[in-house]
Amino acid sequence: MKVGNPGATLSFPVSDRVVRERVSEEGLTQALASRGELPDAILSVRNLSLSYDGQHWALQDISLDIPRHRVTAFIGPSGCGKSTLLRCFNRLNDLIDGVQIRGMINLDGMNIYDPRLAVTSLRKRVGMVFQRSNPFPKSIYDNVAYGPRLSGSRNRRELDEIVERGLRAAALWDEVKDRLDDNALSLSGGQQQRLCIARALAVEPEVLLMDEPCSALDPIATAKIEALIHELKGRYTIVVVTHNMQQAARVSDYTAFLYLGRLVEYGATDKIFTNPDQKETEDYITGRFG
Amino acid sequence: MQSRVWKSGDPFIWLAAGALGTALLMIGGLFWLIITRALGVFWPAELVLLELRTGERFLGHIGAVEASPDPENSKTLVRRIQVQVANRDLSSADFVWIDEDQIASRTRPTDAIVVERQEWGNLFGWLVAVTEDGEPIAQGSEQSWQVLQQMLPQVAAQRGRIRRLEQRQLGDINYRMEQTRLEMKRYELRGDDAGALQGVRERLTRLQAEYEQVYARLEAMKREAQRTVAVFQTASGQEKSVPLVQVVRAYWPNQMSTWQKVRLYCAKFWEFVSGEPRESNTEGGVFPAIFGTVLMVLIMSCAVVPFGVLAALYLREYARQGPAVRLVRIAVNNLAGVPSIVFGVFGLGFFIYSVGGSIDSWLFAERLPTPTFGTGGILWASLTLALLTVPVVIVATEEALAAVPREHREGSLALGATKYETIRNVVLPSALPGVFTGLILAMARGAGEVAPLMITGVVKLAPSLPLDHHWPYLHLDRKFMHLGFHIYDVGFQSPNVEAAKPMVYATTLLLVSIVVFLNLTAIFLRARIRKRLHAGAF
Repeated sequence: MKVGNPGATLSFPVSDRVVRERVSEEGLTQALASRGELPDAILSVRNLSLSYDGQHWALQDISLDIPRHRVTAFIGPSGCGKSTLLRCFNRLNDLIDGVQIRGMINLDGMNIYDPRLAVTSLRKRVGMVFQRSNPFPKSIYDNVAYGPRLSGSRNRRELDEIVERGLRAAALWDEVKDRLDDNALSLSGGQQQRLCIARALAVEPEVLLMDEPCSALDPIATAKIEALIHELKGRYTIVVVTHNMQQAARVSDYTAFLYLGRLVEYGATDKIFTNPDQKETEDYITGRFG
Repeated sequence: MQSRVWKSGDPFIWLAAGALGTALLMIGGLFWLIITRALGVFWPAELVLLELRTGERFLGHIGAVEASPDPENSKTLVRRIQVQVANRDLSSADFVWIDEDQIASRTRPTDAIVVERQEWGNLFGWLVAVTEDGEPIAQGSEQSWQVLQQMLPQVAAQRGRIRRLEQRQLGDINYRMEQTRLEMKRYELRGDDAGALQGVRERLTRLQAEYEQVYARLEAMKREAQRTVAVFQTASGQEKSVPLVQVVRAYWPNQMSTWQKVRLYCAKFWEFVSGEPRESNTEGGVFPAIFGTVLMVLIMSCAVVPFGVLAALYLREYARQGPAVRLVRIAVNNLAGVPSIVFGVFGLGFFIYSVGGSIDSWLFAERLPTPTFGTGGILWASLTLALLTVPVVIVATEEALAAVPREHREGSLALGATKYETIRNVVLPSALPGVFTGLILAMARGAGEVAPLMITGVVKLAPSLPLDHHWPYLHLDRKFMHLGFHIYDVGFQSPNVEAAKPMVYATTLLLVSIVVFLNLTAIFLRARIRKRLHAGAF
């Protein structure tokens, strides 16, 4: 994963002062909340900084709130830190040797970086779908049942129910119900990605993180996933990272624009795409760079 | 112009293709040599009668032809032919060299006979008579041949009965006596109740009596079997009487049809793979060696795979990557370069003397000073080979673990799996084909290894297989035979190297075939796992 380097020459000036002002705790979040634009937050990030090597900070002092049962999109050019930020929510960055994280992330008021918290229980509450669909080389059934089995569900009838519910939620049930024992790798790319969504949903998470879920899919499969996101947002909080700005505009309620490890602007998607406050956001959205 | 040729890379392609071609040619040549020599072993060759100008007569198979300088006139060459004349008990040498210009006539007598015997190897000659208790029941070549043909199957059955009596019944009694003696010794060691000891002693006496009885029956059968005798005449005119029970097979090679020869070929081949060795391994079959080789490779695989996989898992998944782990990795790779005999010495010192000695003193004290595990055996030989091949498995498994896509690990972790659950459910199954690759390489290396076995449990002739009908059925402490060692022993340690040469080729081919077969099995299993992992991958 490429990391934004604050020391690199910038293609346009970023005003440190402006960014900090927009992102500060009192600034944006409260402003949004007071305007009634931000319902209650399920995840709140405070002054989060992250470095992979102790020298360059891939995330710098990020603060934002993710609203419950809404779709929030992270946009920004490659290497801006949007995937890194996403992977902080389920602590997948912990796997990397030498990573340093400062700041705080609360999930429903509980600090997820609390050493007393079992990271596995966090990950059951915060599911994730990856950029490249990654079904396990097992049967479709076993893929969906993977998470519930970890939690100790062994009862076949119970598992059958969970699998069906997961696949239905991911709009895949009708396509695969007759071949649940087939290898998951025999599915098409779009089906595989929906299977991964079903697999994540089978654990019944509260938050679903999606890291560029459509970047490897054709337009039809993409449309299906986007429709699915719309359907799911009533029950789940969804955070989606995307390169595709039309997609962000289509699926999300809120959009955060990250650039070089900083949160440049965060607000209701309509506003970001029609009337951004920051010039950088506007430049990016209109395609002047990125 | 010239530089264009170089730049095009064509000469390099030729060079590369040439290198590959040479390697393939050499491998192909080796296999061709082994296969042609080995498959010819069982073909019944014709018997040729050579009459020399001196009046000497030789009957045998014509072998190699060689040109050597004439001792009197160094400018001319004399052609000599090698003749296998057999009759080892009569003429002391199996082979003679005859100068070609000494030969007065070559004929193929139709009634010349080849007799395969239990002892002393083949006999070439003519059948003269068949006698019972000294009284002839058939005279002349033709009539005797008819009688012999009729009697040989009965004789084979008789031989089988004697063998069964000897090995099964007598063997069983021997085994029970041995167990009883050990029981007695255990009582003596413990020093408790004299009543029980007395009971055991009586049982031993009863067994002794039973043994005497069976032994007497065996002796009677053997005497009975000696009654019928076939009388042969050799090319040099000597007469030789052979008890029929000694005759394994007799045939007239010069008047056999091709179909008969094919049948004989198959019979001899079957005897080779299923029979027991005779005549200090130079004749008969190699079944105990096949069994020992396969069992050893299987035990080795059972030991090396879990051990190697666990070591690789720790190295790759759990150990903190740094100089220490790199050092360990280098050490593991270098282990593969240690001469195998060094592993043998280690096996002898560690497994046999230390571990085996301790096991003996704890569990088999009553058998001491005769060692049970404190001497070479199939278990220790297999473990020594496992040690020898474990680097291969570690390296292959590590590579396979490294090749498991990160997405799979993250996918599992993101669902709330612990690292252990991820490794068990996702990483290991994906790495299984790589583990099999390691196993295949380990088997290929282990099956062909001989040096370390020679000091950890291989013997020239094992009295019994490591698997039999006595509890616990699999006797891991027993010494065993091995095809690789068999090749060395027959080819270089037997008293009659020239006669054993065909055996060496046949055994080599068999060993190569077994290695190929074991590997194909593993490759087949790996392909099935791969198919499951990548079904419908696009």
